Amino acid sequence: MYAFTYHRPATARQAAGLLAKKEDAKLLAGGHTLLPTMKQRLASPTHLVDLGGCADLRGIERKGRNVVIGAMTTHAEVADSAVVREAIPSLAYLASHIGDPHVRHRGTIGGSVANNDPAADYPAALMALGATIVTNKRKLTAEEFFTGLYETALEEGEIVVRISFPLVSKAGYAKFRNPASRYALVGVFVAKRGSEVSVAVTGAGEGGVFRWPEAEAALKARFAAKSLDGIKHTAKGINADMHADAEYRAHLIGVMAREAVARATGK
Amino acid sequence: MATVSLTVNGKAVTANVDPRTLLVQLLRENLRLTGTHVGCDTSQCGACVVHLDGKAVKSCTTLALSVDGATVTTIEGLAVNGVLHPMQEAFREHHGLQCGYCTPGMIMAAVDMVSRRGHSLDEATIRDDLDGNICRCTGYHNIVKAIAAGAEAMGKAATPTRKAAE
Amino acid sequence: MSATGIGAAVRRKEDHRFITGQGRYTDDINRPGQTYAYFLRSPHAHATLNRIDAKAAATMPGVLGIYTGEDLAADKIGGLICGWMIHNKDGSPMRAGSHPALAQGKVRYVGDHVAVVVAETLAQARDAAEAISVDYGVLPAVVDTASAASSKTQVHAESADNTVFNWHLGDKAATEKAFKAAKHVTKLDLVNNRLVPNPMEPRAAVGDYDQGEGAFTLYTTSQNPHVARLVLSAFIGIAPENKLRVVAPDVGGGFGSKIFIYAEETVCVWAAKKVGRPVKWTSDRTEAFLSDAHGRDHVTHAELATDADGKMIGMRVKTTANLGAYLSTFSSSVPTYLYAPLLSGQYDIPAIYCEVDAVYTNTAPVDAYRGAGRPEATFVVERLVEIAARELGKDPAKFRMQNYIKKFPHQTPVIMMYDTGNYAASMKKALEIIDYKGLAKRKRDSARNGKLRGIGFSSYIEACGIAPSAAVGSLGAGVGLWESAEVRVNPVGTVEVLTGSHSHGQGHETTFAQLVSDRLGIPIENVSIIHGDTDKVQMGMGTYGSRSGAVGMSAIAKAVDKVIAKGKKVAAYVLEADEADIDFKDGNFHVKGTDKTLDFGSCALQAYIAHKFNGQDLEPGLKEGAFYDPTNFTFPAGVHICEVEIDPETGITRIERWAAVDDFGIVINPMIVEGQVHGGIAQGVGQALLEGARYNQDGQLVTASFMDYCMPRADDLPSFDVGMTVTPCPSNPLGIKGCGEAGAIASPPAVINAITDALGHEEVTMPATPQVVWRAAQKSIKRMAAE
Ligand SMILES: Cc1cc2nc3c(=O)[nH]c(=O)nc-3n(C[C@H](O)[C@H](O)[C@H](O)COP(=O)(O)OP(=O)(O)OC[C@H]3O[C@@H](n4cnc5c(N)ncnc54)[C@H](O)[C@@H]3O)c2cc1C
Ligand code: FES
Ligand code: FES
Repeated sequence: MYAFTYHRPATARQAAGLLAKKEDAKLLAGGHTLLPTMKQRLASPTHLVDLGGCADLRGIERKGRNVVIGAMTTHAEVADSAVVREAIPSLAYLASHIGDPHVRHRGTIGGSVANNDPAADYPAALMALGATIVTNKRKLTAEEFFTGLYETALEEGEIVVRISFPLVSKAGYAKFRNPASRYALVGVFVAKRGSEVSVAVTGAGEGGVFRWPEAEAALKARFAAKSLDGIKHTAKGINADMHADAEYRAHLIGVMAREAVARATGK
Repeated sequence: MATVSLTVNGKAVTANVDPRTLLVQLLRENLRLTGTHVGCDTSQCGACVVHLDGKAVKSCTTLALSVDGATVTTIEGLAVNGVLHPMQEAFREHHGLQCGYCTPGMIMAAVDMVSRRGHSLDEATIRDDLDGNICRCTGYHNIVKAIAAGAEAMGKAATPTRKAAE
Repeated sequence: MSATGIGAAVRRKEDHRFITGQGRYTDDINRPGQTYAYFLRSPHAHATLNRIDAKAAATMPGVLGIYTGEDLAADKIGGLICGWMIHNKDGSPMRAGSHPALAQGKVRYVGDHVAVVVAETLAQARDAAEAISVDYGVLPAVVDTASAASSKTQVHAESADNTVFNWHLGDKAATEKAFKAAKHVTKLDLVNNRLVPNPMEPRAAVGDYDQGEGAFTLYTTSQNPHVARLVLSAFIGIAPENKLRVVAPDVGGGFGSKIFIYAEETVCVWAAKKVGRPVKWTSDRTEAFLSDAHGRDHVTHAELATDADGKMIGMRVKTTANLGAYLSTFSSSVPTYLYAPLLSGQYDIPAIYCEVDAVYTNTAPVDAYRGAGRPEATFVVERLVEIAARELGKDPAKFRMQNYIKKFPHQTPVIMMYDTGNYAASMKKALEIIDYKGLAKRKRDSARNGKLRGIGFSSYIEACGIAPSAAVGSLGAGVGLWESAEVRVNPVGTVEVLTGSHSHGQGHETTFAQLVSDRLGIPIENVSIIHGDTDKVQMGMGTYGSRSGAVGMSAIAKAVDKVIAKGKKVAAYVLEADEADIDFKDGNFHVKGTDKTLDFGSCALQAYIAHKFNGQDLEPGLKEGAFYDPTNFTFPAGVHICEVEIDPETGITRIERWAAVDDFGIVINPMIVEGQVHGGIAQGVGQALLEGARYNQDGQLVTASFMDYCMPRADDLPSFDVGMTVTPCPSNPLGIKGCGEAGAIASPPAVINAITDALGHEEVTMPATPQVVWRAAQKSIKRMAAE
């Protein structure tokens, strides 16, 4: 790591103040993406603003027809939360399949969302569930927020404060793990709200998380895994690497989508 | 340099560290607790697992300054007054280690697994829950056996559990 | 059998320190005044080093020294060596390219050592390394194994066609004749994938120099500290052996990769004198991926000839082996004498001919990795045999049993003289464990769930316990492969055993103590095993090739026998009897036909106080040493059967069952032996399903971390059913054959045979990742639909 100055504010507001004042400052959440990157000297902030002391960024709450999760809430807290398990069990399931137990004890939803790793799990849930990302400055839909590989709409000095997930009638997530890293090689989140269906795919897109309209249309007609038989995702625009080429990944999108629907429908 | 104060294995400690210092470096270099190991740079192998406020974390991916005020237990703090923790006993009894390098992290992860998933752990659960720890020597067969036995023994034991140790 | 004697599953003595965090690994060692080394490594696979400018870097905070290949050369520090001479078909010696510890003139792989920075802290060393400016003249890279010899780019000036050697073994004419007479010929092209050993403890070194004594100490992660000292002294020229101590403390796994003498350790100990302070280097995992010697990497064409009865009559094999950019310490022996002599497998094959071309490429050096040559051979043999059975329409188990060697000793056409074995016994037991009879039903059950089930066999043999020194010498080895031991009995009857073997997970502190306590009839607590320090143990050849049991323990047994013989002399004086009348049993010397006895501890005391005998007739003290040189290799063998279930939708392969039946001869501690088998299988399954080191065209290692290189985890593996059969080994006094590598040798073909069985004989490459298996499954389904 290169040298940096360490700050530990007690509130999100103080954190925002530090970001604004200090040149080349970066936020530290769980550190499970940022610290390995800094160790490899691929990131070199001069100031590190640790959000770990900001109690106002933590916590899970049911607010009417929404579940609201603070940015510094860990994956383990989401996975184990009675509120989440009751209201959106598929979200708890997703959180319980991120990385490994130790990663889940430190990694946070805010860090994951802000980082927008194309192989991360949360972006699929945010996109499919129609979540709202609340920052210290504004509110954004998932579509507005995730703008590309490791790219988000976050501006300089902007902090993800919480994420609000509206309740849905049915939802399910299925993940095909990268055998080495355990991130998503392909992850598909399906959600049904009234007559609306959304299918979001992570891990596979050249530009990060994306929606799959053909599958959504088929599921809108009938929300059952069978409805997806014969529907194939094109290999165009799909990632290729040594673990999976585009054709195989595109195939897995179909398989994972069916599995996700089966989970959502309890079959 | 900055100051960090925390409780390690029941003892209050204070150290003056460069902000870059990772928890694992604080433990190994400042406190000379070399039981916690480093096996990778990508936060995957779990050789460095310790308990932070009662939860298993990778100490290679945690800044020392971030744990100011916290309570840390390492492998050296698991046995109480010379009495081995049931999970330590189980690893020896079931030959859950060979070179011993992954072992401290494995044992700390196993104790954490029990506190999350209970005393009655079947093989599938243990294998599934062990994906943050890599062992190159044992093929996991005996580690799985050791964890199942250790979990059961922790249930029965009047011997100190982690809570008491911390 | 006593509770702690030979054959007992004694819990390990060494475990207490490991489970309490008190193990002492190299990186745990800190010397007063210690400094840190950071190696500047080449980012290019192949480039000339036009200029290294370290002026600015040298003035940076904390920097104590920056050294390059020129500094080593100026100090007359020699290059790293390859200790096994291989000769070409025409009798000329192999072409060994020079191998400086720090590059001179050229870098030859990504990770090659350009310079070392020594500084007060590691961060300062790394900062300074980044400030060194290097002018590289980037050259095209040779990466591909199969085409390296025809590349226009030349890795070493010493070899125009990137060829290290063209070597062969066996009778070519007899083999051609067998193939002419064959009724059926089975052909196979295969790739044995490149692997990264990845012991969990990365390599590390602390070099120390005592100015007063003019003596060096190197603490290092080594499987064989004495060989390291020998090479560092005699070949590299660090210091004479009496001025160089090498200590290998607790070592966190080796699997071959810590046998070799590398650049970093060499430079650390040398630099300690340069900067006048201890110098420490600890590899991070990325460095380990880049610069630890890799394993395997063969491209092979193989053929098996059978007659009308399905009897094997000939085999021919042509292999290209990638040895990487430089010849590592034992690299040349791996694809030659550790490989081709095993091609007969467990089978009676009258004619075998094998050709091996070894090539240089711009990749990390390749050397021995768990099994070393024998997994490669077994993969060739067991895949060929399986495919032959399929082509001949024979049951794979029966076909194997038909062709097993049944009479011993058996001289193969490729050097080896197998001493004992009962291969059919292992096969029968394995078939029972796996419930071969129930397979058809299990296959139907899987099919009903849309899954494909398959079974795969592997009848492996290995030559281990290496080995008779004269034999390996005649094959080109630069060293003898005996082992030494010293048994020191203290005046109170406790015992210290000094051994040249080295334990890095094998549990020697327990098994060796079991042997000694058993033979001397003393409690196991009274026996301590000392190893890994050249100042304590006089000489040793270290641990690899499953040699610690067969060779290392035999040396101990020999020394213990000498102790007993001396003890009898002492007892004769004390008990006032004739030496010939003294018996030793259960820890007591006694006079035959009387009740006069002297226990071992009292005998030891008498030996030291020496009141009862005259020092001229009998030397006081009780301490004996022995060197043991075996009469043959040992030949552990066995059968592993793997059963898999494949999901054709995703290509995921799950190992459902594993039966392993091994014949390791006499087993000292079955618990430890089974543990060795488990670990070996896991590494073999890793090779078959998960692991593969990949370089891109430019020679960049694209699998340089655990994020991309898939290590086996607990949920990738099943529990294993391990059984044993025993035929004692006749070539060492203990009847031990060795068990360290069996699992890694046996398992890859078992897995691949099972997958191809499930896929209706569609072939797959290693690692058979979900993508590979999915694609093959699609082909197989299409083909079956068409049929
Ligand atoms: C071994 C391993 C396995 C993993 N497996 C998975 C997996 O399977 N699936 C998966 O999805 N992820 C996985 N991860 C990533 C893990 O979930 C990370 O925790 C997550 O991506 C980043 O969260 P963090 O809290 O650690 O953020 P940090 O690493 O602290 O920060 C990440 C980035 O986000 C910024 N940031 C953090 N918080 C905020 C905020 N509130 N507002 C604005 N910017 C912010 C930081 O400045 C930084 O740039 C894995 C990680 C590891 C080490
Ligand atoms: S050292 Fe590998 S996970 Fe921490
Ligand atoms: S015991 Fe050696 S890595 Fe696990």
